[in-house]
Amino acid sequence: MERTYHKQEINMTEALMNRIDELISHYPEDKRKSALLPVLHEVQDAHENWLSIELMDKVAQILLIKPVEVYEVVSFYTMFNQKPIGKYMFEFCQTSPCCLNGVENLMDYTCEKLGVKIGEITPDGLFEIRGVECLGACGYAPMMQLGDFYKEHLNETKIDQLIADCKGDKIILHDK
Amino acid sequence: MKVTIDGQSIEVAPGTTILQAARMIGGDVVPPAMCYYSKLKGSGGKCRCCLVEVAKGSDADPRPMPKLMASCVTGCMDGMEVNSKSSERVTEARKSVTEFLLINHPLDCPVCDQAGECDLQNLSFEHGKSQTRFIEEKRTFEPENIGPNIQLHMNRCILCQRCVQVADQLTDNRVHGVMDRGDHANISTCISKAIDNEFSGNMIDVCPVGALTDKTFRFKSRVWFNKPYNAHRDCDKCCGKTTVWMFGGEIQRVTGRKDEYHEVEEFICNGCRFDHKNVEDWTIESPREFEKDSVINQNNYTQKLEKVEIATEKNILLGRDEDRKKISMAEIPLNANNTNS
Amino acid sequence: MSQKILLDKINIPGIKTYEVYRANGGYASVEKALKTLTPDEVVEEVKTSGLRGRGGAGFPAGMKWSFIDKKSGKPRHLVCNADESEPGTFKDRYLMEYIPHLLIEGMITSSYALGANRSYIYIRGEYMWVYKILERAINEAKAAGFLGKNILGSGFDLELYVQIGGGAYICGEETALIESLEGKRGNPRIKPPFPAVSGLWANPTVVNNVETIAAVPWIVNNSGADYAKIGIGRSTGTKLISASGHIKNPGVYEIELGLSVYEFMNSDEYLGGMSSDRPLKAFVPGGSSVPVLPAHLIYKTAAGEDRLMSYESLSDGGFATGSMLGSGGFIVYNDTSCIVRNTWNFSRFYHHESCGQCTPCREGTGWLEKVLHRIENGHGREEDIDLLLSIQSKIEGNTICPLGDAASWPVAAAIRHFREEFEYHIRFPEKIKNRDHFVNEPFEKVKHLVAKQYI
Repeated sequence: MERTYHKQEINMTEALMNRIDELISHYPEDKRKSALLPVLHEVQDAHENWLSIELMDKVAQILLIKPVEVYEVVSFYTMFNQKPIGKYMFEFCQTSPCCLNGVENLMDYTCEKLGVKIGEITPDGLFEIRGVECLGACGYAPMMQLGDFYKEHLNETKIDQLIADCKGDKIILHDK
Repeated sequence: MKVTIDGQSIEVAPGTTILQAARMIGGDVVPPAMCYYSKLKGSGGKCRCCLVEVAKGSDADPRPMPKLMASCVTGCMDGMEVNSKSSERVTEARKSVTEFLLINHPLDCPVCDQAGECDLQNLSFEHGKSQTRFIEEKRTFEPENIGPNIQLHMNRCILCQRCVQVADQLTDNRVHGVMDRGDHANISTCISKAIDNEFSGNMIDVCPVGALTDKTFRFKSRVWFNKPYNAHRDCDKCCGKTTVWMFGGEIQRVTGRKDEYHEVEEFICNGCRFDHKNVEDWTIESPREFEKDSVINQNNYTQKLEKVEIATEKNILLGRDEDRKKISMAEIPLNANNTNS
Repeated sequence: MSQKILLDKINIPGIKTYEVYRANGGYASVEKALKTLTPDEVVEEVKTSGLRGRGGAGFPAGMKWSFIDKKSGKPRHLVCNADESEPGTFKDRYLMEYIPHLLIEGMITSSYALGANRSYIYIRGEYMWVYKILERAINEAKAAGFLGKNILGSGFDLELYVQIGGGAYICGEETALIESLEGKRGNPRIKPPFPAVSGLWANPTVVNNVETIAAVPWIVNNSGADYAKIGIGRSTGTKLISASGHIKNPGVYEIELGLSVYEFMNSDEYLGGMSSDRPLKAFVPGGSSVPVLPAHLIYKTAAGEDRLMSYESLSDGGFATGSMLGSGGFIVYNDTSCIVRNTWNFSRFYHHESCGQCTPCREGTGWLEKVLHRIENGHGREEDIDLLLSIQSKIEGNTICPLGDAASWPVAAAIRHFREEFEYHIRFPEKIKNRDHFVNEPFEKVKHLVAKQYI
């Protein structure tokens, strides 16, 4: 399938490169490719949570592998995004145990509140809502993932608060 | 090592797989294989067409294997007893896999260049049914242009991954691969790069279905109207030994020479395949051996065919009553002609 | 109170940190093993303990360890499977988040037993904050001399790293996990060869679940025989159960195997009964892939014996009237929940998570989901029920890895025990339009509509 091209500013900072070198050091010298998943996470976190073709090519160059090997991996795993996404992506778990605790109603509520459908980005680019499969928090349902963290035991009030916090720039997405 | 398949025994060397042993015996016991390709390392195990029943593991451990095993990746053991065509369970499993391969496969054989030499057609002919139980919408993919010589038709792909292995093992810079996952996994370059390696054309030969076809032959002819000849030329890139597919005096297509399991004997270069279509380019050896069991042979005119009865002939000719009511003017009765005459 | 082995120290303030963990007896098993036991002695203890793999399959851990190829002279690896993704299961996360050093201690002791000098913990990508917790804990352990070269002067070297996944349930399958650890797509490998012979980078590898490895320190500190005394029959020791659904106290519990399901469900120490006055309808004892059981088979087996929380008792009756302990993902449903909707939900999960490598799973999981989606949305046909059974039977056993089985068992079990509910959906589409259709009108009230009629 051909993919739509999206442009991205690439900025491989020194801190990012140092972290990548550290990750590569976790594997034997001739097994650099093994660092692919952790490196992709780091690179994606530093680039507005998505990976353009250029960025994936850059990763391939660092790990001394073919670009297509990176594309294959990126497209296999759900956590890597190949196009721009909302800054705050609410990833609601919609697998059975969360459904038993009303996550579907909560998703409807959030969609209505933000005026978007699932998979759409709000016009200001701030929010995106997605339904994802089991996140391993069934006992704390309903819940969602926001950046590196889980928001659990959700209800409408907590959603309101979260949206307000996001707008007020009070949410930390990545733990670096 | 001695291995017995459907009651026929054969001595094989250690490391031989069940499928290879079956091919040594030949005939009916050979399981179908859609993804295994003996010339490609790491192929096999994926399509599950070649499942067999291991009724006895070996002389040392005679217990049967509980699950059906993929014969292309299961090694023979001394004293092993295998049921292939003779097993009800195996037949059932092959039917199942055939059905799974077909549910999302387009019914476009009439316009598919692979038709007539398609492994999936052969598989369906042997193990398929003419009805479908699948009423959902078929999965489709957006088209992708992968260059001037090779046509990728992803909807037909069965994800055997042979083309990926060809690129890995024949070239040093693979640019296409398997993207996404599950039933949306697809073969792609991701960024619409042309696959222009000089051995890329072999992807067409290893493709068991019409997912990768020759653009220089596209819609030129049905394969059964072509006459294949073995031919050769001096080539500095490859062996130069090919099959040329002729229509009258014209070479319409060049492919590798395939054996009875549709595997090429030797891989050929793109120069031979795409750029040499003049009869003068080739030394033509002899016509290829005719394949009696191929789909091509099933519908020829020399064999006595039974008359095809279309049970719904009336409906086909006249349309269904309710449809005619819908499309005709309500005030004119159906049998208007009769009443007037 | 039953005995706690894994969570006994979980409530000590600061147990997340190395200092507090160490001050409370942590890393004793490393000292004991490295200074007084040979690797083979550790393996023997684990064998004696009867500890079974806690990831779902329940294969004896000591036996798995003894398969590792020590003769080839290749480097060996221990890989911890922390890719916990089975719907209903969240126990490993709890352990890693609140007492990370227990896992690290287990990894060191187990790596010593296997002779592995380079080990990895593969954690699912979504547990990003736990990944950071583990990274910090590893650094603390390294600073304290429990990792690196010549640990405690024993001559044993170990490098331990955490590797993060990218969001794929299939990477919980051990060979897919290894592929992913090598930086590839998570496609399960064809076996043989098994990882014990050719695993990570073609080296002999053992893959164990977090909970399995976390049980090793206790076994080494005490003894395999002591561990085997806990539990019942071949289900030795304790098990972490992740409880969710319509219960009063969802969460993670450590139980001695052999506790009765009734006590676990209703005791205030554990689940505390149902969350509301709506009655129990069904439960899934071991994560989404094991068969669902209807109310009458939950507390008693078909033979009328008490159903216990053990590998054997939960599977008593086979698939006809039993289920499996699996990974211990205990999901409870009251009568507001719809089995058809739930089965569709699980099918959607497996469809989404199929790697797409082999035909039956790639095509079959999608087909199951589509048919179930139709039935749940009022477009079912009478023949669809048998079609579902047929599709699932064609997937089961014909795939490369167990995901195919996991996708087909829940469907078969749901139809086996709740066929009438499927028929109701098909025959009364107007009654199931709303997704909460059983909230106001539970199935018990409308069951008569699909009852067989005898004249």
